[in-house]
Amino acid sequence: MSSAALPISLLPPAAAPIESRPGAEETRPLSPQELDESQLLTAIRGGDEAAFTELVGRYHGSLRRFARIFGASEAVAEEIVQETWLTALQKLDSFEGRSTLKAWLFGILRNHARRRSERERRTVPFSALATDGEAEGPVVDSLRFQGGGDNWPDHWSAPPRPWEDPERRLASLEAREQLSQAIARLPERQRAVVVMRDVEGLDSEKVCELLEISEGNQRVLLHRGRSGVRAALEGYMDG
Amino acid sequence: MAEMHRHEIDEVTCREFVELVTDYWEGALSEDRIELVEEHLVMCDWCKTYLEQMEATVKALPEASEREPVPEETERILLSAFRAWKARR
Repeated sequence: MSSAALPISLLPPAAAPIESRPGAEETRPLSPQELDESQLLTAIRGGDEAAFTELVGRYHGSLRRFARIFGASEAVAEEIVQETWLTALQKLDSFEGRSTLKAWLFGILRNHARRRSERERRTVPFSALATDGEAEGPVVDSLRFQGGGDNWPDHWSAPPRPWEDPERRLASLEAREQLSQAIARLPERQRAVVVMRDVEGLDSEKVCELLEISEGNQRVLLHRGRSGVRAALEGYMDG
Repeated sequence: MAEMHRHEIDEVTCREFVELVTDYWEGALSEDRIELVEEHLVMCDWCKTYLEQMEATVKALPEASEREPVPEETERILLSAFRAWKARR
């Protein structure tokens, strides 16, 4: 999978049509966009079509990004996502909320991707993704530390400079673009783990299960991925 | 990266520290090792800065979770499946 296979849309999320008429809040029913996951689920189980459409829209990007992790082309990713929703509908009444809805959907998607790869040998199992440059070398350039002949061997020679107001600056559109590019440039397996853990917010147990990797392997990939993103942001934040 | 496999060390260097951040956060270090990492952080403002940058990075990453538009074809297929599902209940 080339890095171009994970285009992260830079469009702002669709804005919820919130009317700000004072005093109207108590009586106005919430629009589907304003509902949280469990409220949406309740509405969907009650047959609310708008709630279902909202749920599909809310997770479509996440599911597609996940499908692409397994090497699915754009067209195949879309099909896998469709299959995932169809299965989710069939199983909706048995979803007990023991994991998050997103994690549950990812699990269903994983099974569809796996079955497809067995059937068509088109999608790639995670373990077969390229491991180039993945776990070699230090996460910070060696030249930034003092050498054996220096006063303080293995301590910083070119230390990081504090970032001013990182929260505000990293929320800018420009920074988000930098972030997306940094993620896209990571080696595949690092990108997969960073996306699932830090972008999508799944826990480590779920990520290990979905990607069929050990805790230790996952931690290495996560650390190297995060370190790579930090290094990319450093150039932007210091610039 | 897991433990650095160096024996009888009594300090963590900056070079080692940057490799240990995620293990430290994920509770994958031994107690002795945690103590050394924390001792290092007390003494080393540079590594404290590094840790803060890693924190800021992890905190910013959810920003990359963007909605993607649902293609019309997909929406059509799923809506008709939803209506069929609803009708069966």
